[in-house]
Amino acid sequence: MSAALALTWRQYRLERRMFWRNPSAAFFNFVLPLLFLALFGAIFAGSQEDLDVIVPGIAGMSIMTTTFVALAMNLVFLREQGVLKRLRGTPLPSGAYLAGLAAHAVTNTAIQLSIVVGAGALLFGVGLPEDWFMLAVFVAAGVASLASLGVALSHAIPNFDSAPAYVNAIFLPVIVLSGVFYDADAAPTFLRDIAQALPLTHLIDGLSAAMVTGASFADHLDDLAVLLIWGALGTVLAVRGFSWEARRG
Amino acid sequence: MRDLHKSYGNVHAVQGIDFEVVRGEVFGLLGPNGAGKTTTVEVLEGYRERTRGIVSVLGHDPGGRPRALRERVGIVLQSSGIYRHATPRELIAHWAGFYPAPRDVEEVIDLAGLRESEHVLARRLSGGQARRLDFALALVGDPELVFLDEPTTGFDPAARRAAWETIRALAELGKTVLLTTHYLDEAQALCDRVAIVKDGRILAVGAPAQLGVGASSRYRVSWRDEAGELATRETDDPTGLLHQLTSAALARGTGLEDLSVSRPSLEDVYLELTAEIDEEPTR
Repeated sequence: MSAALALTWRQYRLERRMFWRNPSAAFFNFVLPLLFLALFGAIFAGSQEDLDVIVPGIAGMSIMTTTFVALAMNLVFLREQGVLKRLRGTPLPSGAYLAGLAAHAVTNTAIQLSIVVGAGALLFGVGLPEDWFMLAVFVAAGVASLASLGVALSHAIPNFDSAPAYVNAIFLPVIVLSGVFYDADAAPTFLRDIAQALPLTHLIDGLSAAMVTGASFADHLDDLAVLLIWGALGTVLAVRGFSWEARRG
Repeated sequence: MRDLHKSYGNVHAVQGIDFEVVRGEVFGLLGPNGAGKTTTVEVLEGYRERTRGIVSVLGHDPGGRPRALRERVGIVLQSSGIYRHATPRELIAHWAGFYPAPRDVEEVIDLAGLRESEHVLARRLSGGQARRLDFALALVGDPELVFLDEPTTGFDPAARRAAWETIRALAELGKTVLLTTHYLDEAQALCDRVAIVKDGRILAVGAPAQLGVGASSRYRVSWRDEAGELATRETDDPTGLLHQLTSAALARGTGLEDLSVSRPSLEDVYLELTAEIDEEPTR
């Protein structure tokens, strides 16, 4: 067990080191959500009501970029390049490899969230989170479900050239529908119905309660349940379809 | 391995391949593209499930990819990328951590000829350097058996020579090497024994020199005749033929220009064997 942990730790450190050397990955994972936060923060400056929506919204978006988007893009690239196939031929246990990769994604999530929460408190008058425990639970559930869905999506993407199209075709509508930029409750009914099915909507609801409104955890157990259902579905699809090799032809 | 079969749907990529590789030898699977070489090797490496047949690699069935086997085997795939944002040194050190008794990182860097590029990001390595890194990553676990799938395809001559040197160094370390190639000179230069593969079957197995000797045409003698034309004759009795030729030349009082005696190369055998198959009626 300790040997597997040591391998996970080594894989994690390699992933961290390589991450900062790759400017496009760093941009997608870090700069984009923070840019959105700055822009919308400026647009909504003076309207605390709007800022209270945008800060947890961007926090939810950050979780999605650092897990769902990053893992889907990464895995398609590594699969197409043959890195996964090469690793498969070594004694490195698959579990240790995937755990290292996941820990790397979670670190990005944690860094990003700290920045968003910090900026929310210092710059946008949102204040520090009302309920740290609830925040932690929702972040963990969000990471688990969006990361597994990202891995599952990577199976559906045929090659790296088409990866941005696939990922953005999901990511962009989802962040708009789920109320990253506005209060989802204010949207027309049919959009609200779609949004109710999406995990990010419920993640943002939970984050909003924990960070801003201070609504009780008990009122948001249904949000947690939806996230966990998506997580279970994502995990099944991620494990079943996992492929270490690029498709032939 | 005995009677290996592998089918993809209705395509029988490998239909009954048998061979045994002896510990410490360099064994080559030689054949044209699409002969089933890679399929065969990937079954041995544990990447593909066989359709039927018995396969044993270092006493293990590779089908279940046992970790105990992966620890003793090094694999150089036909083509495979590597993390683009890490250096050869970092990658070799990282790979070393996968194995219970790895070789020294410095030693592997030297053995693979990566000293000059050890700090270059992998994305900036040339094709030849990237191949050296492939060798280094396959070697660092100190494997007993190394698989090399077309180790020099697409290389310029200098890079090929360098790769050959590395493969010879492996053999000198006492490693067992199983390589595939469609280059005859490569098989001849590196392999202790060669199996010629075509259409998923083995046509012949033996030492490169033996395969030449065993062929129907044994010696080839060529010379320039009185008219100045280059003449070639194949014979089982080169001594007799040479005696005839030289005495006739002496009697005429002329020399024998461009006289040469050669044994058929692996290439001749290969072409002969693969042509025979082509002439058979389609099954």
